[in-house]
Amino acid sequence: MAVVLMPDQPLVEWMAQLDAQIARSPRFFDGRPVVLDLEGLAGAEAGFLALIDDLAARAIRIIGIENADEAALGPLLPRLPPVLSGGRTVGLPVLVPGDPPPPPEPEPPPEREPPALVLDRPVRSGQSVAFTGGDVTVIGSVASGSEVIAGGSIHVYGTLRGRAIAGLLGSGLGGVPARIFCRRLEAELLAIDGVYKTADEMDPALQGRAVQVWLDGDQIAIAALD
Amino acid sequence: MAKVLVVTSGKGGVGKTTSTAALGAGLAQTGKKVVVVDFDVGLRNLDLIMGAERRVVYDLINVVQGDAKLSQALIRDKRLETLTLLPASQTRDKDALSSEGVARVMEELREKFDWVICDSPAGIERGAQLAMYHADTAVVVTNPEISSVRDSDRIIGLLDSKTARAEKGDRVDKHLLLTRYDPARAKRGEMLKTEDILEILSIPLLGIIPESQDVLRASNLGAPVTLADPACPPARAYTDAVRRLLGEKLAMAVPGDKKGLFNKLFGRRVA
Repeated sequence: MAVVLMPDQPLVEWMAQLDAQIARSPRFFDGRPVVLDLEGLAGAEAGFLALIDDLAARAIRIIGIENADEAALGPLLPRLPPVLSGGRTVGLPVLVPGDPPPPPEPEPPPEREPPALVLDRPVRSGQSVAFTGGDVTVIGSVASGSEVIAGGSIHVYGTLRGRAIAGLLGSGLGGVPARIFCRRLEAELLAIDGVYKTADEMDPALQGRAVQVWLDGDQIAIAALD
Repeated sequence: MAKVLVVTSGKGGVGKTTSTAALGAGLAQTGKKVVVVDFDVGLRNLDLIMGAERRVVYDLINVVQGDAKLSQALIRDKRLETLTLLPASQTRDKDALSSEGVARVMEELREKFDWVICDSPAGIERGAQLAMYHADTAVVVTNPEISSVRDSDRIIGLLDSKTARAEKGDRVDKHLLLTRYDPARAKRGEMLKTEDILEILSIPLLGIIPESQDVLRASNLGAPVTLADPACPPARAYTDAVRRLLGEKLAMAVPGDKKGLFNKLFGRRVA
């Protein structure tokens, strides 16, 4: 069964709500075909490609769009998922036997990002490094008041003083659950797959030590490496 | 080739203006032609510290907006003929600075001087970003306390992203200047340790300036501390910093960090 997403303005707020939803139930969109109803975004056609990229970054697979003004889309049309006709769940391609279904574009190919990001300088206070395509490795420290966000795991060869938010892709990245590793733990916040722990909730005995962080069920688990 | 140096910190009250004046005078004493530029439009102070407040006619804003020629706004120091001040305006605000105007003034200053030292305003907004934009070198002024260190870290991030050099894929040389360092408090563990600050900021240390009444005394006199009393501990620390800036390798004298007889001798001379 397909899920219908109906984004509306302002998009930033809607995206935040969606992220909250994903944080609550990280598996919700796993492997589900999603139809995008664009009625609420009439007039904002220019932002559609970015929207679809943003959704792809959250591992949401769009198989088609609905209620889009095809005239307004104009040149964007060939780059978007196929337009589905009016409202009813008109046979999602799977249901049509015999007639080979139009291949539901396996994924609107977001131009293949490299699978990992390596930073060879420290992440400074106030900086936000977001790489949703995979792992992030920082050779240096992550400062207090900065954040590193990764689709996969985060590796910090230095002191982690800021926020590390890993596993945005859930276990979507080749089924490998994300982890956070650092040489010295002084983090403000650790999050994996939407589950988080603030500095207050971390075991003081682990402060300043080399640790790994993973998701044990729906709990953040931290253990020393040395 | 002229060098543009920005003295910056993020946080206010850490000693940017004092350090600008002291480093500027120190460099000028080596025979280099130096101009110190006050970018703190609206809250100008550098003229006071330099003892030139009664000679200000035109200022940076007038030059940026084309109302005065650069030569009309430059104030030659009475003690050192290689030292010049370009004052800020006290009556205007930072919006009066246009990026094209600043670029033009900096270009002109580069032609006239060996060192252009920009005294940045506190904060990370427009004024601070314009002050750092043309820099080749930055001196990040930091006090040994966490809020100052974190603000400095933020500023280093901006130096690495919001400067002309960064935009060309080049880097601004960054130096850490630890100021208001109190050896007695450091000993009691009431201040961040130097090595911890260096570990957090990971930029090379240019000098450690001890907290001292001599600094206050010098600014009351309207003289950079390096000129007011060249033998006092902060002046000597600034002079060492100037020599390091010029590429000399000097052992870092960390007040109170050494042990034994040398420490006693040294501690007394510094404190």
